[in-house]
Amino acid sequence: MASMRDIKRRKTSIQSTQQITKAMKLVSTVKLQRAKSAAERSKIYFNEMFATVSSILERSANINHPYLNNSGDGKKSVVVVTSNRGLAGGYNSNVTKLVTNDDRFSKDDTVIYAVGKKGKDTLQRKGFEIAADYTEVINAPLYSDAIDICNTLLEAYKKGEISEIYLAYTVFKNTVSQVPTMLKLLPVDLDAAKDVKELKDDETYSVKAIMNFEPEEEEALDLIIPKYVTSLLYGAMIEAVASENGARMQAMDNATSNAEEMIQDLELGYNRARQAHITQELTEIIGGAEALS
Amino acid sequence: MASDNCFKVKIIAPDRLFYEGEAEMIELTTTEGQLGVYKGHIPLTAVIAPGVVRVYEAGGEVKSAALISGFVEILQDKVEVLAEIVEWPDEIDLHRAEEAKIRAERRIAEKATDVNMARAELALKRAVARIDTVENK
Repeated sequence: MASMRDIKRRKTSIQSTQQITKAMKLVSTVKLQRAKSAAERSKIYFNEMFATVSSILERSANINHPYLNNSGDGKKSVVVVTSNRGLAGGYNSNVTKLVTNDDRFSKDDTVIYAVGKKGKDTLQRKGFEIAADYTEVINAPLYSDAIDICNTLLEAYKKGEISEIYLAYTVFKNTVSQVPTMLKLLPVDLDAAKDVKELKDDETYSVKAIMNFEPEEEEALDLIIPKYVTSLLYGAMIEAVASENGARMQAMDNATSNAEEMIQDLELGYNRARQAHITQELTEIIGGAEALS
Repeated sequence: MASDNCFKVKIIAPDRLFYEGEAEMIELTTTEGQLGVYKGHIPLTAVIAPGVVRVYEAGGEVKSAALISGFVEILQDKVEVLAEIVEWPDEIDLHRAEEAKIRAERRIAEKATDVNMARAELALKRAVARIDTVENK
């Protein structure tokens, strides 16, 4: 049996770890609230954007636009949105697994645009090429950051360096459920996007048949698709922040309750050891007294 | 009643619902030129060019804001503006906008390369839109 002092030392150590996890849980709960409302606000914009883009695309089915179908043989690129810090359960590894476990993305044929340090480090270690690194962005994603990333991507896309753009991030369903998702950005594949975000109001759909465009559809596509990609990137980053904090909150909640359990076990062990110690002392004293008389 | 001529206006920015209300008319700048919309306009989607957006509210008030980029979707009884960048007059730093205007004008005067020229012109338009918004609110 471990000595009393050992048990006590172990208990203190776990207690201080528990304090840390408890504090981290509280911090991520607050951050989650903030990120959650930001995510909800950005959803309105995204849903409208999505409705408009799909109504344009429906009318321009026969247009041969590079944003819609690209037969180029450039590399595939993936924008990987992860966090800069760990201790968030499986949050980061779930996103990187989307890339590493997918046969479409081979190491020689894929370039990574990393948003978030954890994903970048993991994929770099696995031998993927990192084209750009936006580590700072995920701390506080701004819309102008999304514009930046989008411009870089579209430039490479137009040059033919990359022919497909994917986005790997974590969809924030609710506080306890975050789903890692791979989404195709370009060429535009609306059916795939629809699976991720169900559009609620069909109002805009009902009138699309008579919608006019100014400038004409093709020109409008040129201008609107980049905005669409930007809004997707922005939405993804905002949601990823909410997911990160949700995941961390859960992980830290589990850690705190596990620590609590361990402390209880140790407490029991400590009391037993103390009892045993007292009993032993008593028997020793009694034995000593008997020997003297 | 005035409410017969009114339609719903929504201006949505990526991180907030910028404006929502009833209006008699809305004026905005598109890539094809300036546009004034009353109720019953034909359905139209247009791309925004930097300029001032003015909402003539049902109550008679006029609200203006600097609308830098995005697009607008006009339907029979509502107008939705998806604004990438939009600012109320009191959110604009006039001093900064004026500096940006001068910088852009200089760059245009220097006749830089094509890419920079386009960029400078866009920057100039943005600055002018912001200054207009503040001065004619």
